[in-house]
Amino acid sequence: MSMPSTAAQPPPTNDPSPSPLLSLRAVNKSFGAVHVLHDVDFDAFSGQVTALVGDNGAGKSTLIKGIAGIYPFDSGSYDFEGRAVTVTGPKQASALGIEVVYQDLALCDNLDIVDNLFLGRELSKAGVLDEHTMERRAGETLAGLSVRTVKSIRQQVASLSGGQRQTVAIARSVLWNSRLVVLDEPTAALGVAQTEQVLKLVRRLADKGLAVVLISHNLNDVFEVADNIAVLYLGAMAAQVKAKDVNHSQVVELITAGRSGSPKDIR
Amino acid sequence: MTASAATAVQPNDPPPEKVGIGGAAREYVDRVRGGDVGALPAVLGLAVLITVFAILRPVSFTNAFNFANLIHQAAAVIVIAMGLVFVLLLGEIDLSAGFTAGTAAAIMGIAATRNDWPWWAAVLACLATGAVVGTCIGLLVARLGIPSFVVTLAAFLGLQGVLLKLIGEGGTIPIRDDVLLAINNEDLPVWLGWALYAVTVGLFAAVLLRRYAGRRASGLPTQGMPVVLVKIGSVALLLGLATLFLSRERSRNPEAASIKGLPMVVLLLLVLLVVLTFLLSRTPFGRHVYAVGGNTEAARRAGINVWKVKLICFVISSSLAAVGGIMLASRDNSISPTTGGASTLLYAVGAAVIGGTSLFGGKGRVIDAILGGLVIAVIINGMGLLNQPSSVVFIVTGIVLLVAASVDALSRRRAASSGRV
Repeated sequence: MSMPSTAAQPPPTNDPSPSPLLSLRAVNKSFGAVHVLHDVDFDAFSGQVTALVGDNGAGKSTLIKGIAGIYPFDSGSYDFEGRAVTVTGPKQASALGIEVVYQDLALCDNLDIVDNLFLGRELSKAGVLDEHTMERRAGETLAGLSVRTVKSIRQQVASLSGGQRQTVAIARSVLWNSRLVVLDEPTAALGVAQTEQVLKLVRRLADKGLAVVLISHNLNDVFEVADNIAVLYLGAMAAQVKAKDVNHSQVVELITAGRSGSPKDIR
Repeated sequence: MTASAATAVQPNDPPPEKVGIGGAAREYVDRVRGGDVGALPAVLGLAVLITVFAILRPVSFTNAFNFANLIHQAAAVIVIAMGLVFVLLLGEIDLSAGFTAGTAAAIMGIAATRNDWPWWAAVLACLATGAVVGTCIGLLVARLGIPSFVVTLAAFLGLQGVLLKLIGEGGTIPIRDDVLLAINNEDLPVWLGWALYAVTVGLFAAVLLRRYAGRRASGLPTQGMPVVLVKIGSVALLLGLATLFLSRERSRNPEAASIKGLPMVVLLLLVLLVVLTFLLSRTPFGRHVYAVGGNTEAARRAGINVWKVKLICFVISSSLAAVGGIMLASRDNSISPTTGGASTLLYAVGAAVIGGTSLFGGKGRVIDAILGGLVIAVIINGMGLLNQPSSVVFIVTGIVLLVAASVDALSRRRAASSGRV
């Protein structure tokens, strides 16, 4: 049975690919009396899309907020590029090249695409905004992601469709030398065609060599783009497996019951 | 960066498009239709009002003396409105700007008249007063998170009391310093007016041409040379006509006292316009102001220090209110307990909104304050010449403000449905 091995096992043992870019071991997180994450192990690989799935309340958001340094983990090891690092704030995470695109995108509707891409990190010369360089680099980044759907990069974000806004938010995360991009439900509010566009973009990010962590409730999306699937169940990692080793119903079982297959596989 | 490296090979991929005059006009019509009306209502309103009053009072309204008078009347409201633009951009309000102007002017009057300070020291004391008031309001709003409406309402009441205390019941502080009196009463020599005109138009042309050349050099789309030239030409023409008009002799008795030339206060307004516009549109700080007003949470997540931006905006607003106070005092030759009171603040808020600054935050420019301030000044001035009682002036001004706020709200709704903000 090509079954996911159990939880605590680090992922693909037969994997010839190099060591993970991000590796979490036995991380825990509590909010007061509520123990949200129990000894969670998690890996993300450069050039691969790792889907993070789980039911509501399974701890997905807490896990990514821990990775991003917003709610630092209470215990456990956090390795980046094989070195142990301490991430206790968002600044340290960005310094490592970790970018998170949250579900609500956080774009300024009254500013244009270029302004939004560089928001908070504007390029300037002697205190004056360097609009030309920013516009050129924004154009190059969008072209590099094969984004051809926006008419002008000087149009206001308010005039963009949901998929285009998602694209801008993702482009913002790769404009800097990011290594790991976490996408929180990027397709949740999108139609079929736009979902397809965004998933293609997600794939392209990984093909460029970035490690991508994709949170999604939609298993069709997950199977379409993910190389690895990590399943959280009630705050513990039920399994992290290669996407080609599992099928749809096995993942559903892992999400809903925390296990799949015969009773001896219980974690 | 991998993304940019991949495409650096073909940086000119979409070739720079030339829009041309027709294209630029079409684009503008599209923008207005889409709800991005900008300064259009203020400019149209100004044109209509001037035409109406010019027809009703052909001699008294249109003569150069009245035109200069109108600028003197509008100056203080315009400067206070320039400060309010910064606060309105955040989506906040400053109700205390009027009495901040009065209080700061009173400090200046006490320094200059009662204590014989030199004029520049008195002006510095005045500006410092504004900055202190702005810092207090800004800290309360940005750090404690009290709604700006409440904080500035409290400051409005409190500063009214401070002003009364400084001046004394029923008293006034006269201004005797020549420089302080000159600020909003005297005119520039005619030749200096024309020099100022040349510098202004030259600066405007240089900015536009430099941007055009820079965008071409970077391979970015440009509006095309004709559009740039038309813009420069129309600004040169309009300002030239105004300068010509104000350079004419406007004294009723030229032998006794000749009055001609640009009012000195125009120079001050122009300097403030250029400096503040530069701050808002060309610096990272200005970009952050728009970002905080557009989406505070997005600004915070982008690493912008939101409370610092808010604090600085309130300090700018109150400091500019202090400058407005200098103009009020200079115009009235004195400071009384009602300086900056009555409808000063409401006219200033009205000016910013009529000019096109949104009350909802995130949209507005410094030039809005000038356009809106002129609209309000024309109404007050014209109604006065029509011998209308103040009751009617108040009602008409109220209606105009309501119309402006409706235009703001409607264009916003239109913008939301067409995807522009």
